[in-house]
Amino acid sequence: MNVSKKELVTIHNVDKIFKRGSEEIHVLGGLDLQIPEGEFLALMGPSGSGKSTLLNLIGGLDRPSQGSVIVGGEPIDKLSERKLASWRARHVGLVFQFYNLMPVLTAQKNVELPLLLTGLSRSERRKRSAIALDIVGLSHRKGHYPRTLSGGEQQRVGIARAIVTDPTLLLCDEPTGDLDRKSGDEILDLLQALNKEQGKTIVMVTHDIHAAARASRTLYLNKGKLSTEAEE
Amino acid sequence: MNRLLNWFSQIVSITLFNVRSLPQRIGSSLTAVLGIAGVVAVLVGVLSIAQGILRTMERSVSPDNVVVLRSGATYEMMSGLSGDDARFISEGPGLARDESGPLASPELFVVINLPMRSTGSDANVPLRGVSLIAPDLRSGFRIVEGRMFEPGLNELIVGVGSQREIVGLEVGSTITVAQEEWPIVGAFEAGGGLAESEIWVDAAVLQPAYRRGNSYQVVYAKLKSPDSFQEYKDALTSDPRLNVKPVLEADYYEEQSALLYNLITGLGTLIAVIMSLGAMFGALNTMYTAISSRSREIATLRALGFHASPVVISVLMESLFLALVGGIIGALAAWLVFDGYRAATLNFSSFSQVAFAFDVSPSLLIRGIVFAMVIGLIGGLFPAIRAARQPVATALREL
Ligand SMILES: Nc1ncnc2c1ncn2[C@@H]1O[C@H](COP(=O)(O)OP(=O)(O)OP(=O)(O)O)[C@@H](O)[C@H]1O
Ligand SMILES: [Mg+2]
Repeated sequence: MNVSKKELVTIHNVDKIFKRGSEEIHVLGGLDLQIPEGEFLALMGPSGSGKSTLLNLIGGLDRPSQGSVIVGGEPIDKLSERKLASWRARHVGLVFQFYNLMPVLTAQKNVELPLLLTGLSRSERRKRSAIALDIVGLSHRKGHYPRTLSGGEQQRVGIARAIVTDPTLLLCDEPTGDLDRKSGDEILDLLQALNKEQGKTIVMVTHDIHAAARASRTLYLNKGKLSTEAEE
Repeated sequence: MNRLLNWFSQIVSITLFNVRSLPQRIGSSLTAVLGIAGVVAVLVGVLSIAQGILRTMERSVSPDNVVVLRSGATYEMMSGLSGDDARFISEGPGLARDESGPLASPELFVVINLPMRSTGSDANVPLRGVSLIAPDLRSGFRIVEGRMFEPGLNELIVGVGSQREIVGLEVGSTITVAQEEWPIVGAFEAGGGLAESEIWVDAAVLQPAYRRGNSYQVVYAKLKSPDSFQEYKDALTSDPRLNVKPVLEADYYEEQSALLYNLITGLGTLIAVIMSLGAMFGALNTMYTAISSRSREIATLRALGFHASPVVISVLMESLFLALVGGIIGALAAWLVFDGYRAATLNFSSFSQVAFAFDVSPSLLIRGIVFAMVIGLIGGLFPAIRAARQPVATALREL
């Protein structure tokens, strides 16, 4: 383990409780996690164990019921709703299981979307989205609408959208969950390359052992806590 | 500055998606648009009736005309003047004169029943006994067919408005008045004013036919100038022989039309408001559908860092846009269908028919469109707020 590396994410003693009517669901309890910069972390665990919940906390999409979430030195659990949205736009790239592309926009426009929040000029936005599409190998499909692309291609557009703002942190919730083996492998190749060559810190939730094997570390979530071993 | 620009571009881009995805939701959007169009058409249509009546009442008004009724009487129907009263009123100071004397016309007023063209049922038609001065006191008076009645004979002339609304008022035919057949010898216009709804005859002939002796109900007169009104009024009200109330014609008609105008406007607005509740639910439903069909997109945008307020505003913009389209369609339809459409209604102040044309004025069109926008605003507000209130994580889960 490389001790000299800075921690990018520090989660300390986090509880997450959901209320459903009068019922309280304790999803995370006293959870600690540190993610060094440049790591490719895989999160595994049974369905309903709270993997997505944890990912949302790291990405500032949700707040802990208790405890602190610090990302890049910023205690994001203390930010206002507005500030948090702007923070996400600058620092986090999100990749979804079902891609979540805008059906009315072309691949290129979809990739350009997060740049609308940056104040970059139109031509600069074009340039950057072209580069991002090139990185995922889809330059030749930039004018296509999502419905005319395969699942693997749509996910690559999703990844291009996630990296176009050059975020430090890439959060992927089952990015290969809806893809066949071959397309899934291509996506994993891409994520691995982004991690190795561009130094992106990646947290990936997955159910797939093969996918997790691509990561530099795998953690298992069970009964609200993380461990390095899968429980039987 | 940069932040504002950023915020603004967020609104623009989200609104753009919304509008681009409109074709996918054409059904429900169209329903909302048409619902709003219907409400606006009805509102504008009804208000144009009130507007048209007001126009008719005011059209024949000239600023130097006075109307003299017995004091305490608001309407001609309630008034009564003796022959002497009429003479004193006509001789008051400040009236304009021609070679035959002062421009004053003592008149009486009865109501006869004649069948309407539209329904075939009887309507109250005003039959007015006038002097030969009467035409000088209605601006725009013109015989358009036949000739003026001969004084002393039971000859009638009919207003073109009453001709349009009532059966059997052609020049050359006769109608029954006081159990006798009276011939129609002419038809007249009166500048689109109230007189066009009337039938005229020599007052001296009408008085005995209805056993009115030598009495009248009203004197219409023309002042030398509008400034003479005070002098004329003071003279009449201080004359111990008289108990009358002179009013400027403009004020007289304003009071006359107020009742009808307010009634129709009030009723029209009430109907429109009730209908608009329906349209509002239509718009509400459309926007809820629109938002739930795009909840994944909205949640994704917010996850990517778009703020909640641009989401709210863009939803409102879409709803306002639909309302605007509906409002324009409705207003245009009302204008095409109703403007200039002629009809008649009961004038409550004389209990007789008044013929008028629906008047869809530009200000009414604007009022209709504004009303549509209010519907759109309310219909979009609640769905918009709901879309923005939902936490991002929850919204993403609900896809
Ligand atoms: N917004 C919410 N409101 C209420 N309950 C929630 C909410 N989000 C998550 N939960 C509950 O918290 C638990 C963990 O959910 P989470 O989505 O994090 O699980 P997961 O590990 O990602 O599961 P999966 O592998 O099926 O995606 C579940 O029981 C879920 O029902
Ligand atoms: Mg999950």
